[in-house]
Amino acid sequence: MSVLKPTGSIRRRLVIQLAIIAALLSLAFFFTVRFVAEQAATDTQDNILAASATSIADAVYSEGGAVRLELPYSALSMLGTISEDRVFYRVIVDGETLTGYEDLPINEARNASRTPLFETMEYRGDNVRTATVSRTLSVGNQSRTVLVVVGQTRLGLAAISTRITTTATAVGVGFFLFATALSAFAAQNALSPLNKLAESVARRGPNDLRPVVATTPTELVPLVSGLNSFMRRLRDALNRSEDLIAEAAHRIRTPLATVRTQAEVIHRQMERPKNRNSVREMIRAVDESSRSAGQLLDHAMVTFRSDQLETQDIDPKELLHEVVDRLSPTAELKDIQIDLQLPNNDFSISGDPILLQNAARNILDNAIKYSPGETEIVVRLIPSDTCRIDFIDQGRGFADADIRNLTKRFSRGTNVNDIVGSGLGLTIADDVARAHGGKLVIGTNDNGVGACVSLVLPLS
Amino acid sequence: MRIACIAFILILAFSPADAFEIEAKRSYASVEDGSMLSIISTADVEVFEPIIFEFQKRHPDIAIEYVVASSSEVMRALHDENASYDLGISSAMDLQTKLANDGFTRRYVSDATSLLPDWATWRDRVFAFTQERAVLVISESTFEELPIPSNREDLIELLREYPEIFDGRIGTYDVRTSGTGYLFATQDSRNTESFWRLTEVMGRLNTRLYCCSGAMLADVASGKLAFAYNVLDSYANSKLGDTPGIITVEMDDFVSVMLRTAIIPNTVKNYEAAGTMIDFLSELGNYPELVEQTGLPPVEARDSYESQSVRPIRLGPGLMVFLDKMRKESFLRSWVNSIEQR
Ligand SMILES: Nc1ncnc2c1ncn2[C@@H]1O[C@H](COP(=O)(O)OP(=O)(O)OP(=O)(O)O)[C@@H](O)[C@H]1O
Ligand SMILES: [Mg+2]
Repeated sequence: MSVLKPTGSIRRRLVIQLAIIAALLSLAFFFTVRFVAEQAATDTQDNILAASATSIADAVYSEGGAVRLELPYSALSMLGTISEDRVFYRVIVDGETLTGYEDLPINEARNASRTPLFETMEYRGDNVRTATVSRTLSVGNQSRTVLVVVGQTRLGLAAISTRITTTATAVGVGFFLFATALSAFAAQNALSPLNKLAESVARRGPNDLRPVVATTPTELVPLVSGLNSFMRRLRDALNRSEDLIAEAAHRIRTPLATVRTQAEVIHRQMERPKNRNSVREMIRAVDESSRSAGQLLDHAMVTFRSDQLETQDIDPKELLHEVVDRLSPTAELKDIQIDLQLPNNDFSISGDPILLQNAARNILDNAIKYSPGETEIVVRLIPSDTCRIDFIDQGRGFADADIRNLTKRFSRGTNVNDIVGSGLGLTIADDVARAHGGKLVIGTNDNGVGACVSLVLPLS
Repeated sequence: MRIACIAFILILAFSPADAFEIEAKRSYASVEDGSMLSIISTADVEVFEPIIFEFQKRHPDIAIEYVVASSSEVMRALHDENASYDLGISSAMDLQTKLANDGFTRRYVSDATSLLPDWATWRDRVFAFTQERAVLVISESTFEELPIPSNREDLIELLREYPEIFDGRIGTYDVRTSGTGYLFATQDSRNTESFWRLTEVMGRLNTRLYCCSGAMLADVASGKLAFAYNVLDSYANSKLGDTPGIITVEMDDFVSVMLRTAIIPNTVKNYEAAGTMIDFLSELGNYPELVEQTGLPPVEARDSYESQSVRPIRLGPGLMVFLDKMRKESFLRSWVNSIEQR
């Protein structure tokens, strides 16, 4: 079976894309918060500066022809409430400084207006934000222009801005992490029907070709119905080939049996030895064909069942009893004694009983076939960490046949003389052993002449 | 050029022809060789000396030159004349704040200063190390028969009732010359309606004006004055022991609390030693004997104030309002008009 090479994970793609979205949103959040907050901080300072400048402008009055100012306490103290920034002010009447910091720059070009004008400038080594308001004051019958500038450094603002940036960063990062975690969770959740489906399909037994009926999300319906129709076709094909094997066995064996019967009738009626010989040859050929057909079909069946091995717990003792019972009539014909040696304790192996029977039968069949009459065959079960079944006969043994080749298809030994066979028996036994994770060991009977063939299977 | 300039300033600062006036000057040699710390301060030598001794015990390598001047002279030295001192100590919080606001001070941050309560520092440039209250100091003998006033209204009442007792026997700072007096008077004017009436009444009774607390306290003790208004409790308390016949009274409508502060002028030469002294002053509360000896109450957490009527003066730009030349002018004009009614 070829291994599928995955080309990336849907979940990872989903998570990465969602994380990118979350990162973009976090960034947007960060910049928005910073912009808005800094704007708000600047506005706050501007508002206080404007209030201060306005209250100073309001406190300007005329007295005896002179312009005077009673600087309100709150005008400066209110600026001290938001931060520990430096504060400057200057009041100018018709271009003459009335009071305050005489070097504080002032925008003289402006018209008399009570709406404050804001500026940011460099003054006494610091960045200063100023608000300028002006008003007119009538002194005597003259109208005079009063300009009030109030300035404050922006260190408090900078501190606020740093604090906001830190908070916005923390919140942004937190949001990003949280959103990423959530998207990982969401991806997991969204893909869970897919995983469930994959699991339920993977968990199926080899012969379970029923359609998938689990609840399926809309997106997976085409896949699942495609899978179902594929399985239906596969099931049909399998049924057909099973039928074909059974059919073929029947179709070939039945006519061959008829041919053999007829040939034997003819053989009995023949008188001339030459003709009788020919007919015996013919019968033999029919036997070979029939044997070959049977073994071929058995082998095909074994191959088919091994591909989708369906195991169950089997008692090997029972299995051996059946096989020996089945073959003992053949053995009796040759006066061969089958000695079945079984241990007392119970144990089980897991496997396909039909396959295992087939394997054991083929090995025992060989032992009977290749042994002379009036001998003994020992079938013994030795459980240890594996289940080992030895078939020991006193026949001709493997002589110098190439033991490794005997399990190949259609390979027969040089020792077979006229014994009918197709050369598939050991192939079948070997295939079955392998399909069950075991092995076939071909050897010599070490208490004398004869063969010893062992089927070694793992315990369940 | 620069050196020449500094030298010139030095000559200005320490020659008798100084533009700013100093009241006293004392040098304290160091035990070990080391640096020189020059301090210009409003606190009298006797008040501050114990602090210097204790400081030098801990830092024997720092020699100290201690110059006493009035708060306005300290201001003139540091603000107008760029005189070179390593540390400016003044009871005039408003002037110290203005120095820091106008860029005449250096920033200083240390473990000790960061332990100070928020309200005791401003811009890491003005450091409060004492909190001193303005109290009424009365002559015990005069008030034997009279009820002791507990607020300004009572005081006004009392003055109106017994003009013959109090005529010519009231003392207060001359706010034109005393920075502390001006600070307290302006805060009073902010805090109570009674202030101007009280000044008025005091003016009618020929109130005597003093530049400094020392003389005022002496006159109360001798019975020449019936009471002195708005005297720093630190001075009064340090005098109480060896001056019989005076009592301090806290008004219960409100009590102004002034912070004595230190700054490092831009003209500092020994920044490190100045910082060391600020750290030492910030931890004044750790030396109870010193507090006892000087009578300077150290900075403590605000919660320790026992009543609502105690009003600490807040460091910040609000203090600069009464320094505005026009505001000061009109305040002084009103004050003089009230206090001098001849
Ligand atoms: N018990 C045995 N004693 C001696 N030789 C054996 C024995 N079993 C197998 N052989 C040799 O191994 C060969 C292969 O056996 P295998 O069962 O595969 O073929 P087969 O018996 O010849 O034909 P069939 O397919 O009909 O069984 C045999 O031809 C025979 O030479
Ligand atoms: Mg065989």
